[in-house]
Amino acid sequence: MINNLNILLPEIFLSLSIFSILMLGVFIKKSFNIVFNLTSLILILTIAIILNNPNNEVKIFLDSFIRDSFSNYFKILILISSLFVLNSSKNFITENNLDKFEYPIIILLSILGMFFMVSSNDLILFYLGLELQSLSLYILASIDRDNLRSSESGIKYFVLSALSSGLLLYGCSLLYGFTGSTNFDLIANQLTKENVGAVFAMVFILVGLAFKISAVPFHMWTPDVYEGAPTSITNYFAVVPKVAGLALLIKFMLIPFSNILLEWQTILIFISIASMILGAVAAIVQKNIKRLLAYSSIGHIGYALAGVATGEISGYESSIIYISIYVIMNIGAFSCLYLLKKDGQYKENIFDLSGISKKHPLLAISLLIILFSMAGVPPLGGFFAKFYIFTAVLEKEMYALAIIGLLTTVISAFYYLKIIKTIYFDDSFITLEKVKNKTAKVSIFLSCSILLTFFLYPAILSNIVSSLFAN
Amino acid sequence: MNFPILSTLIFLPLISSFFIFLSKDKKNNFSSIYISLFSSIATFLLSLFLWYSLDVNTAEFQFVEEKSWINNFIKFKLGVDGISILFIVLTAFITPICIISCINSVKDRVKEFLIAILVLETFMIGVFCSLDLVIFYLFFEGGLIPMFLIIGVWGGSRRVYSAFKFFLFTLLGSVLMLVAIIVIYWLTGTTDITEIYEIKIPKEHQNLLWLAFLSSFAVKMPMWPVHTWLPDAHVEAPTAGSVILAAILLKMAGYGFLRFSIPMFPYASEFFTPLIFSLSIIAIIYTSLVALMQEDMKKLIAYSSVAHMGYVTLGIFTFTKQGIEGSIYQMISHGLISAALFLCVGVVYDRLHSRLISTYGGLVNYLPKYSLLFLIFALAALGLPGTTGFLGEFLILTATFQKSYLAAILATLGVVLGAAYMLWLTKRVIFGVTQNPKIQTLSDVNKSEIIMLATLAFFVIFFGFYPMPLMETFSVSVNGLIDNYQLALNNR
Repeated sequence: MINNLNILLPEIFLSLSIFSILMLGVFIKKSFNIVFNLTSLILILTIAIILNNPNNEVKIFLDSFIRDSFSNYFKILILISSLFVLNSSKNFITENNLDKFEYPIIILLSILGMFFMVSSNDLILFYLGLELQSLSLYILASIDRDNLRSSESGIKYFVLSALSSGLLLYGCSLLYGFTGSTNFDLIANQLTKENVGAVFAMVFILVGLAFKISAVPFHMWTPDVYEGAPTSITNYFAVVPKVAGLALLIKFMLIPFSNILLEWQTILIFISIASMILGAVAAIVQKNIKRLLAYSSIGHIGYALAGVATGEISGYESSIIYISIYVIMNIGAFSCLYLLKKDGQYKENIFDLSGISKKHPLLAISLLIILFSMAGVPPLGGFFAKFYIFTAVLEKEMYALAIIGLLTTVISAFYYLKIIKTIYFDDSFITLEKVKNKTAKVSIFLSCSILLTFFLYPAILSNIVSSLFAN
Repeated sequence: MNFPILSTLIFLPLISSFFIFLSKDKKNNFSSIYISLFSSIATFLLSLFLWYSLDVNTAEFQFVEEKSWINNFIKFKLGVDGISILFIVLTAFITPICIISCINSVKDRVKEFLIAILVLETFMIGVFCSLDLVIFYLFFEGGLIPMFLIIGVWGGSRRVYSAFKFFLFTLLGSVLMLVAIIVIYWLTGTTDITEIYEIKIPKEHQNLLWLAFLSSFAVKMPMWPVHTWLPDAHVEAPTAGSVILAAILLKMAGYGFLRFSIPMFPYASEFFTPLIFSLSIIAIIYTSLVALMQEDMKKLIAYSSVAHMGYVTLGIFTFTKQGIEGSIYQMISHGLISAALFLCVGVVYDRLHSRLISTYGGLVNYLPKYSLLFLIFALAALGLPGTTGFLGEFLILTATFQKSYLAAILATLGVVLGAAYMLWLTKRVIFGVTQNPKIQTLSDVNKSEIIMLATLAFFVIFFGFYPMPLMETFSVSVNGLIDNYQLALNNR
């Protein structure tokens, strides 16, 4: 039993810390700064604990909780990205009067939920983790409660997400009904192609998951929520839940649904193509950067799903590489938004970027690198992400998917180029304020240097990722 | 492993561009200009050393560098042979000239401009050195970023449209090549082209793969009907951008045909020869006619570039020694001549800010040195014997006669049309009556312009009379290429 607790150590540590800083926040006045700094410390400590834990596969609590290198990789990715998102947005939070001590605590709670999601090996645990995460996200979306847009986006997200959770739960119960078990391994053994009901269940679960990672046709909430929520929250939404959602999707394909490959492959190919096309086409007309990033993230999820749709280990690996690079690019892109400030207001329209390359050359070149990388132009990191995906897709000889995917990269290159055009080619109308936000600058610098130097030794990431599937 | 000379050659400009990025000078940007000039000349000398030490008696790749890059998948492999070395030297030769030209013509954000040029040089040299398909693609596509910025930031009034057209056309062509590269990897298990030459791609896959590569090369070349981005890009790009575009970027596709399409897909290359012939002939005649009608000097030269590239594709796909040698020679020669012509346009553009032919006329009375140089390059462009322009076209036409009389006759028609538009241009710009009073106030070419143009004129005439140094360099490699091609066709 004590050994079991050892395995759960990251989760136990995280939940105990949440309770203690919650107490701290309640009893100390103006506690935002203390709680915020403690949160960063907790995130770092949790990373340390996970890194110190062995990586071998262990299942505990009647095989409902699994700890392996796969889940550990995702946990670390979640922690590191939340650390960067949180710290680079601190100035934004305080300046927009969002500095309530609940803010970091709710983020920690959602991380705890994601931890259980990526470690679950059982439908019930999976659903609990998912709901813990989702409930935290509802609150986060509407945290600027005096702002109409933020409240609206919170409500919108809540209603739609609750619906998808309902579908998901319905799928889970169907699955339980048809297979007689909630355990992933047992479900995998029971499921066969003849089991039509199980296919129904699979569709419901896929719909729920597609909603959480905002894949087309379940993407409708994304642009509104991205635009309505405060930028710091949007940043979090764009990065962290996507990682957890994709991890879960891969897990489902890997274990419980591994026997009905063909059925879910068809659906995933459709979702992937639809996301790629919509992400590319709809973003062209956007004027708000956050909205544009919402559509761009839909497109990116489409590419990541193309990797999953191959149904091969190499495809899963490529999607994990893709989502990792996606995280790096998005942290950089959103950190740039924290530096766009004029007359005490944070700007979020593409127009506000016009001609900034003359007065703010460093910010301009960072955006240039990040945007070209998102467009997938070599030799930047984003190209390798796409390269791995298409290598995996073409290995399965899915030519249509690959060609549509590559054509949409050309279309999507158009709107990234449009932003670059605004930055570099247009005349300057705007002088931005000098923003003292060191952490955002550090995040931008790190993200750009990773994207720029990725080509020197791309094997680092692919080696780590392929070790996740070693057994 | 010896000193990694190719990596040094590739990354020297990149590293020096980093130093320019760090350099801080408010006045005149002297330090950035000196750093870039120094590094680009160093690169040029290094490339000359490479040329000197290359063994031209073998078709093997030399100075090969190999590093594992992505495990068991892609190797970072570089190497040169007799064909690629000349393009490397050309690139390294043109870049310092561009940097000198920007002293006069670029007034705004000089530092960034030099960084873009040097980064572009890295990518261009990389294209000609890489012996791995993925590395090639990386450099081939990477060059889009600096070129996009050069056109868009420092270009003319319609720069945004042209930059977008350039970027999207090229990207669209190239993504299909990426598909083909990955498919080749799954077919052969490697992306190392020397291994692919050995393994040989199955015949049934060759046609589609060849077309995918064509989609990229045809846009880059550019071949009719996907050439429309070129006149726009040329017209709007600043002088240095046009020079690089015409002199080097267009050569990447011709090089790509020689390095990838023909050796990897011999059957498909043979199968599609009629297609290439027709497209080339259309390009030669159609774009020559279009060039006749142009009122903008840069546009005229841009269309003449398309016509000249038509000869190159024609020559390559004759699969004869004369044809391929003529094509390589034509590419080098066009690199020198078109670069010089764009520089010439740049010289008068800097003074009068007009590219329209009607603005000029009678320049010979006031700018005698300039007129002489312009005349040399115009005559070279129309293929006057004694200049590099003649030899390439002559060899290509000789080879074409062996394959198809019709094609050869039509292509020769293009030579006449070429003479027509070039001579007419010269007549309207250099000779004739001075209509525009502003021309009387113009100053003749200054020192830096003389240096650039005279160097180019010297090489155009020198290699026109004495082509042996170039011919000897690629002769054996071309023999190897043709032998392998014939061998592959005979083995079916």
